[in-house]
Amino acid sequence: MATIEEQSKGKNDGEIRYLTPLDIETKSKVRFDRFKRAGIKYIDYKNADFLMEFVNEQGKILPRRLTGTSLKNQRKVSQAIKRSRHLALMPYVGDLLK
Amino acid sequence: MNHYETVFILNPVLSEDQIKETVKKYEDFLVSKGAKMVNKEDWGLKKLAYPIQHKKSGFYHLFEYTVDGATIEPLEVMFRRDERMMRYLTVKLDKHAIDWAKERVKRIKTGA
Repeated sequence: MATIEEQSKGKNDGEIRYLTPLDIETKSKVRFDRFKRAGIKYIDYKNADFLMEFVNEQGKILPRRLTGTSLKNQRKVSQAIKRSRHLALMPYVGDLLK
Repeated sequence: MNHYETVFILNPVLSEDQIKETVKKYEDFLVSKGAKMVNKEDWGLKKLAYPIQHKKSGFYHLFEYTVDGATIEPLEVMFRRDERMMRYLTVKLDKHAIDWAKERVKRIKTGA
């Protein structure tokens, strides 16, 4: 029975034959902590357009597994975002066009 | 003597001199309490991300100063009482934040 990876490479002798070969991207994207690499120690709540990168389309804070930031920096990012939301620099909920 | 940074938003319907007078009032209050003003910024009329008190925009001001902690409470009481003030946020700056603020001022000077 060819496993899914083999089938995706075109060898399909098993019972299940997929019409189109599945290209399963098993290798996960390498993610790194931008702040450690850039050496940023303080995340400023005033520049909202930098914080927009850590927010999805509805204005919600992105989880660490997507942005790849460390726990310490993720807390700073979320606190900065909440402060800039308080000052109406960033929306609480918005259909901001990314 | 801690290092603080206050950002506040003034009502957009105010006239130019009312804004100056308000900003002056708070600055004098701080200086009278022995504060040393490190930086003052006026971001002017900015669009708000969401309406506050049914207003779509506001005058943003930033104060960066060093003062001892006891004066923050009365300052914020004044902010609460002032109906020209739509929103305020006072933040205590740690050493990383202070370096960042200096860096930012330098960048704004060279950039602007």
